Amino acid sequence: MNKSQIPDHSPQKNSGDRNLKAPIKDFEPKIVGFLCNWCSYAGADLAGTSRIKYPPNIRVIRVPCSGRVNPLFVLNCLMNGVDGVLVSGCHIGDCHYSEGNFYARRRFAILKRLLEYIGIDPRRFQMAWVSAAEGERWAKLVGELVEEIKEAGPNEHFGGNR
Amino acid sequence: MKIGVFTCHCGTNIAATVDVEKVAQAAAEFPGVTFSTAYNYMCSDPGQNIVKKAIKEHALDRVVIASCSPSLHEKTFRKCVEDAGINPYLVEMANIREHCSWVHPEGEQTTAKAIELVRIAVAKVSRDRPLEMTYTPIEKKVLIIGGGIAGIQSAIDIAFANYPAVIVEREPSIGGRMASFDKTFPTLDCAACILTPKMVTVSQSEHVTIHTYSEIEEVTGYVGNFTVKIRKKPRSVDINKCTGCGVCYGKCPVRVPSEFDQGLGKRPAIYIPFPQAVPNVPVIDRESCLWFTEQKCGICQKVCPFGAIDYDMEDEIIEEKFGAIIVATGFQQFDYSVYGEYGYGKFKNVITGLHFERMVNSSGPTGGKIIKPSDGKEAREVVFIQCIGSRDEQKGVPYCSRLCCMYTAKHALLLREHNPDAQAYVFYIDIRAAGKNYEEFVKKVQDEYGAIYLRGRVSRIFEKGDKLIVRGADTLSGAQIEIEADLVVMATGLVAMPDAVSLAQMLHIPYDQNNLFTEAHPKLAPVETITSGIFLTGACQAPKDIPDAVATASAASVKALGLMVQDKLAREPLIARVIPELCSGCRACIEACPFSAIETEEIEDLRLRRKRTVVKVIEGVCTGCGICTTACRMSAIDLEGFSNRQIMEELAVL
Amino acid sequence: MKYAYYPGCSLHSTAKEYDLSTREVANALGIELIEIPDWVCCGATPAHISMHLLSLALPVKNLLLARRIGSYDIATCCAACFSRLKIANKFMRDNPRHRAKVNKILGEEYQGEIKVRHFIDILINDFGMKNLAPRITKPLEGLKVACYYGCLLTRPSDITCLDDLEEPHLMDDLMRVIGAQPVNWPYKVECCGASFSLTKTEIVLKLSNDILQMACDQGAEAIVVACPLCQSNLDLRQPKINKKFKANFKIPIFYFTQLIGLSLGIEPKKLGLKKHIVNPLPLLKEKGLLG
Repeated sequence: MNKSQIPDHSPQKNSGDRNLKAPIKDFEPKIVGFLCNWCSYAGADLAGTSRIKYPPNIRVIRVPCSGRVNPLFVLNCLMNGVDGVLVSGCHIGDCHYSEGNFYARRRFAILKRLLEYIGIDPRRFQMAWVSAAEGERWAKLVGELVEEIKEAGPNEHFGGNR
Repeated sequence: MKIGVFTCHCGTNIAATVDVEKVAQAAAEFPGVTFSTAYNYMCSDPGQNIVKKAIKEHALDRVVIASCSPSLHEKTFRKCVEDAGINPYLVEMANIREHCSWVHPEGEQTTAKAIELVRIAVAKVSRDRPLEMTYTPIEKKVLIIGGGIAGIQSAIDIAFANYPAVIVEREPSIGGRMASFDKTFPTLDCAACILTPKMVTVSQSEHVTIHTYSEIEEVTGYVGNFTVKIRKKPRSVDINKCTGCGVCYGKCPVRVPSEFDQGLGKRPAIYIPFPQAVPNVPVIDRESCLWFTEQKCGICQKVCPFGAIDYDMEDEIIEEKFGAIIVATGFQQFDYSVYGEYGYGKFKNVITGLHFERMVNSSGPTGGKIIKPSDGKEAREVVFIQCIGSRDEQKGVPYCSRLCCMYTAKHALLLREHNPDAQAYVFYIDIRAAGKNYEEFVKKVQDEYGAIYLRGRVSRIFEKGDKLIVRGADTLSGAQIEIEADLVVMATGLVAMPDAVSLAQMLHIPYDQNNLFTEAHPKLAPVETITSGIFLTGACQAPKDIPDAVATASAASVKALGLMVQDKLAREPLIARVIPELCSGCRACIEACPFSAIETEEIEDLRLRRKRTVVKVIEGVCTGCGICTTACRMSAIDLEGFSNRQIMEELAVL
Repeated sequence: MKYAYYPGCSLHSTAKEYDLSTREVANALGIELIEIPDWVCCGATPAHISMHLLSLALPVKNLLLARRIGSYDIATCCAACFSRLKIANKFMRDNPRHRAKVNKILGEEYQGEIKVRHFIDILINDFGMKNLAPRITKPLEGLKVACYYGCLLTRPSDITCLDDLEEPHLMDDLMRVIGAQPVNWPYKVECCGASFSLTKTEIVLKLSNDILQMACDQGAEAIVVACPLCQSNLDLRQPKINKKFKANFKIPIFYFTQLIGLSLGIEPKKLGLKKHIVNPLPLLKEKGLLG
């Protein structure tokens, strides 16, 4: 796997207290986004057709609905050293399947608390609602997310990158 | 496993920022990939031929296309690989255009991301399963909810194609709003003259069944197989015995305000709403009938020569199956009594457009005379106020109701025709007369019929003696206007029916913030809903005039007929699937499913040697959202096309 | 029942009788009004047309002074004071930018938490019509009044939250309780011309004339108001209106508190009934309401 993208950050690797960590200069985080097919994936498509630029750190996994995203997927990502995870669905009330994002909202509110409880920086897991018309919002969201994860530093909670 | 990867340049759309050749080379090294190439336009005929040829020559069994968004060309490439003999669900797309080349600058990082996206797609395709389309039978009958002009037109179109249609109408007669109109703009033909023949056609058609005085009780099922419960309210008159002779309502001693005449006239307790009613069978209004309120009278039963009166009739619920549903439930008038400046609806001489329609109708309660309801004297100075409720974000609805400009112009014209001494004043915000011969019509009313158009709002109406003082602004001259009017006519906007939301929930169709039903696409699918098999027509979707209502009615009929003519209905196989061996029968997925697409079944557990309850997906109902998969603690229910194994494989190669 | 009382400038000068009658009525009903010590002008119209910040800081200053004497609701009678205090409160609650500025100027933290009440509101909702009715010893039977609310008492309705915007009725309700007969008339919330009284008097003459005319047309013998400026325009300008429009109005303009006071049996002198331009005593005598 191309770890070449992630510059060497060995000085931080063994520093136990993550609060002491200063943001690393050339750190390019790896972020996974679970996007619902009807709103957020289409919103990201619109950002493309509108040629709105945003950082290339995000990898999109297409799912039919944010309600399809199993919390285990998120945990799996974080355990495998992904630096940040985003789940994005339709705006509340706009779900293509009418209720899916309600499930997602509740489920991931709990997951977020669990992650915090086990000591994972809450910035590493985020939720968003992006509609098919919000290409600009999608680009802005990714930009902000990348900045936040950069500040949070590399994810080494589960022994670093794999 | 032999995976082929086909990377697209898309002209310069991808190639300008992504090193496509490098992507193709990198992909060749991924596990399972035995062939990788790049081409200028993969979706073009030569591009597709490259895919087909490679499948044959290299015996590929799975394909990844690295190009644009799957929303554009997933179908194209499914068809393409199917032509080459591969199951169409063994193809995945890597979106290296919308999600990569178009949003990132040229450079190594962008190419690296494209390579990763292909890697993810290859991982996913390696876990794809061959799937087959499923087919469900279609019930060849269409339900039409609402018997106004839109519902009637739909029924006529469907009957013309020799398919059965059933109209369910809440009121005692079909005809809807149009039946109470006098003339229609811009041609001024009489509404009854053009509507009645259609009502007769539909009632005489062997293919159309009409349930009047009936409501929809419950809708279950899915496209091709809807099961609908219809509540037939008790008419108290046997529709099969009654001949419509009219003796009963001639003798009824009760008089209550007539709904059809907007309360301007009276009707008996046993009545037909209007003379041309279909069916021409009276109904007893049990709230005002003396038999039901005071247990006396009973005259209608005594005088009926056919013994058709049945006081003991009860609600009847019938259940029918339909293949498609057309929703034509129409609109209600905006209730202008929210406006304190217009007297909170308390002034007798302030009326709505529908009142005016009845008044100006020569067979209406005033015999075509335009009067002041307070004292019955003829009205000479008449003020029309447009945009009542429409375009008012504070107290009304934000949208334009589209037809009030036109019907007000028509009223102003009819006023002068019925009383040459009368003067019409029209307060308007803008004149929106966008329709064939509409602008010309308004111009004619202004020029030839002397209606005075004032651009501005009315700030206050109050009673002074037997006159109404209408105070407003004429923004074009900048003057304040005060008119001593005999009658004020409110051009009330069109809003959703009060029970629109509950019907929408019953049908599983979305509605907007104004409770109007939402079409599947505002431009390209204006009569469809996102629930397949349910179509919209008329003003339940947005305010529409008669031509628009009729046009959408025919459009909805064509869509419904498109289903009717098919032998069976093909359905995408990307739906949930249960592994019964893993299922514990906890039913958490049944709770979670928004579509009631999961049910229980008993299976013979061979290992336990006893019967056991597990769940099962109803194929025709499942929409493939995958919400159930997350609810399942056992991972016993999975989603084809987005299975746990597929997603985990994608995550594993990140 | 205790309130921090904010009379405002008018009630200490041109509308002295409003202040007198309010205190008398409150006293008779056992409503304690504690005048806010060292209160200042609410800014009225001049402040908000010259400087927005000033128009917020002045009322907030008074609210802060009120807070020092205890946590009471504010009682006020003047429609303009009521409006300015309420508007300031809304800005302090909803607008952090303005809140920060005003707090800095006044050197105290305030978030718009003090409730501002009109005396009508207190009578109807705190004291209660049911409790008022048995206290009426001299019902004003046969007196036909037009209740005139003016501009500021009900508008803007989302800030004042007092009465129906277009068809207010609270004063009418009070008049009914004290035995008077409110007439139904359409000019309840018309404008009297307000502060044009001094700068463009002819506007006030025209508008006030319309109001007086409409009240007479509907059979009113007197007009009841709750705003010092309305009272002054309708009362003070009557001779000029009569001259300009060749009319013959002699219609007394009462504060609602004066009539309530009368019905409670309070002496007319104590209610400042002699301070009016159009002498109301002949009418009251004629109706037999003075003995």
